[in-house]
Amino acid sequence: MTDHQKLICVNCPMGCTLDVTVDGETVVDVSGNTCKRGTEYAQAEISDPRRMVASTVKVQGGIHPLVPVYTETAFPKPRIFNLLAQLREVELKAPVAAGQIVLKDVLGTGVDVLASRDLPAA
Amino acid sequence: MADQTYDIIIIGAGIIGSLVARELSRYRLRILLLEKASDVGAGTTAANTAIVHGGYDPVPGSLKAVMNVAGNAMWDTLAGELNFAFDRCGDYVVAIGPEELPRLNDLLDMGKQNGVPGLSIISGEDMRRREPNINPAVSGAMVAPTGGICDPFGATIAAAENALLNGVDLMLETAFEDFVIERGRITAVKTSRGIFGCRWVVNAAGLYADRVMHRAGVRPDFHITPRRGEYVIMDKADVDIRNVMFPVPAEHSKGILVTTTTHGNTVVGPNSHEIADKEDKSVTRAGLEEIWRGAEKLAPSLQKRHVIANFAGLRATGNASCLTPGINYDHDFIIEVATEVQGLVNLGGIESPGLSSAPAIARRVIDLLADAGEPLTAKREWNPLRPARPRFRDLSSHERERLVAEDPLYGRIVCRCETVMEGEIVAETRAPIPATTYDAIKRRTWLGTGRCQGGFDMPRVIEILARELGLSPLEITKKGPGSELLFRPTKEVGI
Amino acid sequence: MALKQTYDVVVIGSGPGGLAAAIEAKKAGADDVLIIERAREMGGILLQCIHQGFGTQVFKEDLAGPTYAQRFIDAARSVGVETLLDTMVLDITPDRRITATSQQAGFTEIEARALVLGMGCRERTRAQIQLPGSRPAGVYTAGTAQRFVNMEGFMPGKRFVILGSGDIGMIMARRLTFEGASVERVLEIMPFLSGLMRNYVQCLLDFDIPLQLQPTVSRVIGNRRVEAVETVRVDDTWAPIPGSEEIIPCDTLLLSVGLIPENELSRKAGVLLDPVTGGPYVDEGFQTNVPGIFAAGNVVHVYDLVDWVTEAGITAGRRAAEFARTPVKSRPGSIHLQAGDNVRYVVPHTLHPERLAEEPVPLQMRVRRPIEQPVWVEVWDNETRIARKAERYVRPGEMTTIVLPQRAADAVRNASTLTVTVVER
Repeated sequence: MTDHQKLICVNCPMGCTLDVTVDGETVVDVSGNTCKRGTEYAQAEISDPRRMVASTVKVQGGIHPLVPVYTETAFPKPRIFNLLAQLREVELKAPVAAGQIVLKDVLGTGVDVLASRDLPAA
Repeated sequence: MADQTYDIIIIGAGIIGSLVARELSRYRLRILLLEKASDVGAGTTAANTAIVHGGYDPVPGSLKAVMNVAGNAMWDTLAGELNFAFDRCGDYVVAIGPEELPRLNDLLDMGKQNGVPGLSIISGEDMRRREPNINPAVSGAMVAPTGGICDPFGATIAAAENALLNGVDLMLETAFEDFVIERGRITAVKTSRGIFGCRWVVNAAGLYADRVMHRAGVRPDFHITPRRGEYVIMDKADVDIRNVMFPVPAEHSKGILVTTTTHGNTVVGPNSHEIADKEDKSVTRAGLEEIWRGAEKLAPSLQKRHVIANFAGLRATGNASCLTPGINYDHDFIIEVATEVQGLVNLGGIESPGLSSAPAIARRVIDLLADAGEPLTAKREWNPLRPARPRFRDLSSHERERLVAEDPLYGRIVCRCETVMEGEIVAETRAPIPATTYDAIKRRTWLGTGRCQGGFDMPRVIEILARELGLSPLEITKKGPGSELLFRPTKEVGI
Repeated sequence: MALKQTYDVVVIGSGPGGLAAAIEAKKAGADDVLIIERAREMGGILLQCIHQGFGTQVFKEDLAGPTYAQRFIDAARSVGVETLLDTMVLDITPDRRITATSQQAGFTEIEARALVLGMGCRERTRAQIQLPGSRPAGVYTAGTAQRFVNMEGFMPGKRFVILGSGDIGMIMARRLTFEGASVERVLEIMPFLSGLMRNYVQCLLDFDIPLQLQPTVSRVIGNRRVEAVETVRVDDTWAPIPGSEEIIPCDTLLLSVGLIPENELSRKAGVLLDPVTGGPYVDEGFQTNVPGIFAAGNVVHVYDLVDWVTEAGITAGRRAAEFARTPVKSRPGSIHLQAGDNVRYVVPHTLHPERLAEEPVPLQMRVRRPIEQPVWVEVWDNETRIARKAERYVRPGEMTTIVLPQRAADAVRNASTLTVTVVER
């Protein structure tokens, strides 16, 4: 039983609108893309959509109360809010170093969350 | 029964109430100044054209005319003693096109009748020289050399601070609720924060003066209808208007002005529309269009993209008839001792020229009390002066250097557009009437009134206020309870 | 480290433009380079842009804003750039005398042999878009809200409406959703998206936040705190369509309605500003009309990718170092560039052919309206076409660039004015 989904590809700023025919979790056809990265994007979006996620975590004793963090690799989109809930529980102690691992293999996804910048102690 | 007893209680700390308080503080009297808002001068005083009118415009013989001309003459001394911005720069009524020229003569006559000094009519060419941005179709203008511009809030806070310095008590966030009347005389005032005994009350409640006087059964037919005036403010860096310019007046209002201000910016407005809600200070799209048409009449070179702010003010328009026999005018000031009850000096319908008249109205209140037999013993130690706190933007390079050396907090900038330093903000939180909200800081320092409209300074102001007042940033408000600026810490959800 | 009286190069602002200029000036041989920064740390606006999207060109990586900044902050330290932090420049003169003030250093006066302006932008406010209504607490520009959420650590509200589909607005829609708030609507007065498509997908579509094109906020409702906004649809002349009003309950209105280059200081130094960009008139080295005063980054015009800001900063820094060594009063023979069909503005405004002979010059522009079809970007001298580039589409929300190659120097030398156009293929 096939279904149609419209997606906008974000691999490059062009933003082609893709018409994706799916059968369950399988991509049957992709049209509207200008390059083959569009097809790959459609595949990934249907079977395993992922996003780079950026947020902040609390810091004790630093020059700011929060330090920005980011996922080192793309994180499964359906579980983003679980990730954010995890991040809310974190409290680091200053100083924090850029690239420092804040959460390793978060929620068993294999994705690490790193600090985006140095945060010196107050 | 009363929590505390005073000789005189003043209801309302706008420009009128604050000047009355200051006048009364000259005498050996216990005075209480009440204000329902979180700050003085937060009502009509905070939102008007800021012009000290010459006095040619009010109906001759009306109380407005008498008070305007008398009050106008008192502003230099007042500004000198209280240290706020006032500039007697003169004002112009500008005629566009030959059809409007004869109206200038009518205004001149009316002005002479009212006793306004120095009025004259100049040519269109002369007006163009004085104001290069004026509509080239200008046919002539009337000059009123006694007209001027001021900082109304600056005057109010200065007067209130001086009153406090001279022994007056001030209670903010204290709303009038009712009178206690015993044997036909007011003996106490009930407020949201307690009952206060008194021998006299001065009703300076502005937009709500009618409600206050009705609680004492005074003038039941008198009503105040709010008339909203909308304004736009234009960037001083882009707009070079040098003068105070009125159009030839319309039926019920002075018309839409184009004027410079003590801030240096240009203000265009106000329009004039009756509304129902005494709290509705919203600006409307139609109103902005109307103001813009007025701007185009006087100064067609003004461009909308130079507008940096807009605001609205509410006039307390009353329906009191002029008491002078033979004068047919229905919107005059009420400045009188009430007859229906004893112990009330009643002020009502104080709309334009209320600001200009304010020093004279305050003096008139003293006269009314004296005439009513109230003993007024002058205090030898009364101090007319109120020292101004340093304004970094107004200081010379040398003065700035010295100030920063004395107090390094004056070296850290908070508002870039208006050059307001952290030291100034801290000083305002420690002033006799402390600033405790963002808008209070804005009114006192002019911070956030420039190009970025608070975008840059707000996080810093919240931080400073929280620190100085010992509060969490979540408790800092824009204009009192209910207007908190921040909601919760970023990482705490589920509230 | 004691402050000197004179520096070879002074840079005002330590955002990406200022940092790149300072580092390059030092590398290009300036003896001493000083950055004056009003915040307590370097990085400028990047510090609060915690999302990724930075460095895809310069580092071939997808970095968060603060990470991108950190790289340049570290580089600046390692090449020996001096810094004056928590210090505000109050005044600059045409002969490059700078007056600054700070809590620590007090009142300071410094002279610069060359000056680079890197003050960035401020945000357009509610009054500048003539937004009617009351003035309760709860109306913020998106950047101010971003600062509160990401740096001060406070949420400015609970239920948001965002006016403007610029990148900052869309980024904040996602950010606020991440931190537990609800974003009711994003409204865009134009009939097209104002920012990048990538942000539309990853900030709005991903979280089912509705975007409406062609309504605007007609007034703010609420006395002490925002209680709702009224929206109305507009037609193609931006006139409200009566009867299309809708009230959206909310407690916060975020404005993402444009950035304006921050040039108050530039004016004081006698720098002439282009009324279309809001920034200084510059040549291919980003020198303004005042000799020895350069400008780099968003202070010149609003960029879309930080990578191009870095590139501009490098050019400005190199030229500033050169000027500090050998000041030149003026360089004659510059050719004017003007915006032609469908182009709103072009930067730089003037071009020296002998510089073009030394190295290619990128021309940056923004178009007036989107063309979602293949186009030619062309540079003309009267009837002669000097350069041409094919683009698959053009959008006002994305900067368009064409690089003038060195071999065009001769043609440019003989030109009177160059016109840049964008036409459908």
